[in-house]
Amino acid sequence: MGTSFGRGGATTFQQDLANSDCIIIQGSNMAECHPVGFQWVMEAKARGAKIIHVDPRFTRTGAVADLHVPLRAGSDIAFLGGIVNYILEHGREFREYVVPYTNASSVVGESFRDTEDLDGFFSGWNAEDGYYEADTWQFEGNEVERDADNPKEVAVGEAHGHGSKLSGGRAPITDPTLEHPRCVFQILKRHYARYTPEMVEEVCGVPRDLFVEVAETLCQNSGRERTSAFCYAVGWTQHTVGVQYIRTAAIIQLLLGNIGRPGGGILALRGHASIQGSTDIPTLYNVLPGYMPMAHVEQNETLEQYLEMNGSPSGFWGHLPAYFVSLLKAWWGDAATSDNDFCFDWLPRISGDHSAYQTALDMLDGKVKGYFVVGENPAVGSSHSGLHRKALANLEWLVVRDFVEIESASFWYDAPEIETGELRTADIGTEVFLLPAAAHTEKDGTFTNTQRLLQWHHKAVEPIGDQRSELWFYYHLGRIIREKLAGSTDPRDASILSLTWEYPTEGPHDDPRADAVLAEINGFDAEGKPLSAYTEMKGDGSTRGGCWIYTGCYAGGVNQTARRKSGKDQDWVAAEWAWAWPANRRIIYNRASADPDGQPWSERKKYVWWDEAQGKWTGYDVPDFTPDMRPDYVPPPDAKAEMALRGDEPFVLQGDGRGWLYVPAGLLDGPLPTHYEPHESPFTNPLYSQNASPLRQRFARGANPYNPSAPDPGADAYPYVFTTYRLTEHHTAGGMSRHLPYLSELQPEFFCEVSPELADERGLEHGGWATIVTSRAAIEARVLVTERIVPLTVQGRTVHQVGLPYHWGTKGLSTGDSANDLLPLALDPNVHIQEAKASSCDIRPGRRPRGRERAELVESYPSVEKGREQ
Amino acid sequence: MTSRVGFFTDTTLCIGCKACEVACKEWNHVPDDGLNFLGRSYDNTGELNADTWRHVAFIEQPALAPATGIKWLMSSDVCKHCTRAACLDVCPTGSLFRTEFGTVVVQEDICNGCGYCIPACPYGVIAKREPDGRVWKCTLCYDRLKGGMTPACAQACPTESIQFGPLDVLRGRAAERVSELHGQGVTEARLYGDDPNDGVEGAGAFFLLLDEPEVYGLPPDPVASTHRLSSMWRTAGTAGAAFALGLAAAFVGRRS
Repeated sequence: MGTSFGRGGATTFQQDLANSDCIIIQGSNMAECHPVGFQWVMEAKARGAKIIHVDPRFTRTGAVADLHVPLRAGSDIAFLGGIVNYILEHGREFREYVVPYTNASSVVGESFRDTEDLDGFFSGWNAEDGYYEADTWQFEGNEVERDADNPKEVAVGEAHGHGSKLSGGRAPITDPTLEHPRCVFQILKRHYARYTPEMVEEVCGVPRDLFVEVAETLCQNSGRERTSAFCYAVGWTQHTVGVQYIRTAAIIQLLLGNIGRPGGGILALRGHASIQGSTDIPTLYNVLPGYMPMAHVEQNETLEQYLEMNGSPSGFWGHLPAYFVSLLKAWWGDAATSDNDFCFDWLPRISGDHSAYQTALDMLDGKVKGYFVVGENPAVGSSHSGLHRKALANLEWLVVRDFVEIESASFWYDAPEIETGELRTADIGTEVFLLPAAAHTEKDGTFTNTQRLLQWHHKAVEPIGDQRSELWFYYHLGRIIREKLAGSTDPRDASILSLTWEYPTEGPHDDPRADAVLAEINGFDAEGKPLSAYTEMKGDGSTRGGCWIYTGCYAGGVNQTARRKSGKDQDWVAAEWAWAWPANRRIIYNRASADPDGQPWSERKKYVWWDEAQGKWTGYDVPDFTPDMRPDYVPPPDAKAEMALRGDEPFVLQGDGRGWLYVPAGLLDGPLPTHYEPHESPFTNPLYSQNASPLRQRFARGANPYNPSAPDPGADAYPYVFTTYRLTEHHTAGGMSRHLPYLSELQPEFFCEVSPELADERGLEHGGWATIVTSRAAIEARVLVTERIVPLTVQGRTVHQVGLPYHWGTKGLSTGDSANDLLPLALDPNVHIQEAKASSCDIRPGRRPRGRERAELVESYPSVEKGREQ
Repeated sequence: MTSRVGFFTDTTLCIGCKACEVACKEWNHVPDDGLNFLGRSYDNTGELNADTWRHVAFIEQPALAPATGIKWLMSSDVCKHCTRAACLDVCPTGSLFRTEFGTVVVQEDICNGCGYCIPACPYGVIAKREPDGRVWKCTLCYDRLKGGMTPACAQACPTESIQFGPLDVLRGRAAERVSELHGQGVTEARLYGDDPNDGVEGAGAFFLLLDEPEVYGLPPDPVASTHRLSSMWRTAGTAGAAFALGLAAAFVGRRS
């Protein structure tokens, strides 16, 4: 999303789905995992929209869709690429939108070579070190900024939610006729030419007629008068090519003119409360609030270097100094001055991959002494959970904050590895501090939901006993640390002692006031008055603000996120219900809902338009554009930031103001999405002799064995594809549901879903037990034989898929083996997200062996250290 | 008496989330029904009983057309709050009573656990809680109604599959919905329990189904065991009178 459009968030809001003429839900089981938001899909259906669900399983979403399309897990890029090809081959693109609003006309340099030319590789592949040099991906005439010492670190765009960085932004040469053989449009055509309905059938197992029905329905419901939406969730992100999955949908939606318009868009469905918030104000190691990159130890020695490397000459990232300096001022207050680079040197630096999975491996190696687990349960919820349990067992101390004693706190006495003898309680030195957490009903604060909406929740009751909010915990932890360091003259303590750490407290437990924190995030001007928009931020140190995209949430000193005006008392956009970033916009890039002249594309899809009389943009939503910039505005040569964009360039965070069909910079694994097989797959890639993504992140070490994949020897030991998922009845790793009787009784046991055909093939009995095996683990599950799982024909042979909900562990009322024990550590290189949605396995009837025999069963299966090379 | 209220459960809108089951238990403090993996699709509560007052049935069946070749029906079942409520008719203690909202409620402080109501219910809704000994069922959230609130299940339903309101309004809406669906080619849509002339004289909680009631585990032609009570008494009376007459005649004859 970031590299395609400029921001790492859903482009629309759930209520707007009701305006869609067609909704494709793919990579998401929306009815089960987002049942409340799904009401808007049902509303669209009631208004006559076509609902299409593309998923390996027929789920509760498929049950109410007009069309369910089963496909092989891990083959979505082939399916979506097929749609791109269908659009281009039949001239179905919305050309009046595509030419001005996307980079289709941009001409790419002569040295670029496509995967079609190089059999699965783009040009610039450095085989020795296994990475791409992006020089040849650039637009003709563009210089490339690349640090010769750290070539791998150039591509930071997707993680940071924007793709405007680098002079790759605006193409010096464009061809609005889209005929130039090296323009993006023609490159796209060639890249996807072989993604035909026949190829889709061969790769995905989707009959060609069914595929064409989807593509045609989508095209018929796009254009001036009609719009279609895509909904996705972790069924797309959790792959070694997850970012490219979403990129393919972005290409489709840009070609069809469905971005920035009502009923259109791409809705990234976030898995649970405030996951969107946890990337906006991130819990990620490499991002600072508002999607600003974390400083790098070598590349960002000075503030100037940092701003130079991460800013942009055009678009709203042109104001990076204002956003960044305001953040430093929010953290270090008066200590941050222009003379000391606003304390830039006190920011921690990153030197490589410090993501959760790398950190777990570092624990195994004894490089990590202590660890905080908050709102997570890696002993159940993370890929290759067994590895995480062993990693936790190798710490000196561990803090777990949760409602109940979760498996990540109890592993030292009840991990499956204790039973197999791989771990012994007496040998585990980890000191576990289990601290009770307060629930959201017991504290004030905000949730930032899937549609970028900040919603305030008030404390209903005081937390019981020792339960405390996270805010309480971190505030007082910081306070106590600062008290212990008080008076220290050690330079390393200065950054902590100089932090702004003064918050008013209230209540019997001295809870810091959450609204004071929100006000700090919103920011203040030089007089201490709340900022009302991020455009008021300055880079000279006169403003402060903890997250520039959230500025406005406390405008006028009023908690805008606590607004609850009823839907009956306002229009359907409901702008006075809570507050959405950025600037309370509900559909972003909404300038694109009007044509280049600023008029609505159609009366039916009217949303934001140019009002000539008033000389400004107006409409149902807050215009996502410079408010008074005329549609015919052409920037003078010396214009900067957003004023360097034209009046008909709606993607204001991008350096060229366009939606990016082609991404010349910002992604490590290529400018265009390409179908690769999952890291572990019983199939080869019919498109290229390169089977899996060459850039997928692997960890070659004994603790993380891989299944052999086709065509390598041993692959036939794992003939089935499995996918993991959630059920409505449980919450992620189970800490919030398996301990509750009302939820546990609804899905009381871990089960696997298999087709009657697979049950016959392997002698699995409905209601009985099955053992599922990979090179990491053997787990057991009750068997649910169901016709909702259909065998598919892929590359001329039948493939069976096994469905595994991943909620279970050793604690709670409802217990069972953990599906995530089966998964490999194989990640998307851009964002380090695990491939949890498509892998290979074996399944056999009956319960798994106990004790040492369980480990022996796993060892009897073939494994390899690095996975297939190609 | 205020106007009679009820539920219209439109199963075409049900997404099987079971929020109704959980909301009901949370509000009414209904205990869990045991943690049993039943293997009946996604249904692990099985049926309505003393500890399950809303029950979502999941029915997997081959579809006529779509690619997957399967249809997955979901329906949230509940006490029907019959116009002719056999449970209420047979209750010897007066524990079961009809409220001012036209609903049928058990008063747990009066119920003596005799269990007459259990076989009387044509739907198998009401049941005894062991070891408590008393019978329990849906109250249509009597306490919430008294407070002017919507019953918990309808409040929690995200897709308006469970609709609450005055029964006459719901019946009108349901009829419209059926003709709308028929217009869309969903000819299998039909109402269940809406007919005041059926064996329970019309249910206070009725349904829009996509197949025969039996498919959902509902009786096709429910009749309250007390439905013909008056005519039965008449018949019994006639029979009794005839018998008495015969007896008298026999005695008279004997004398003569």
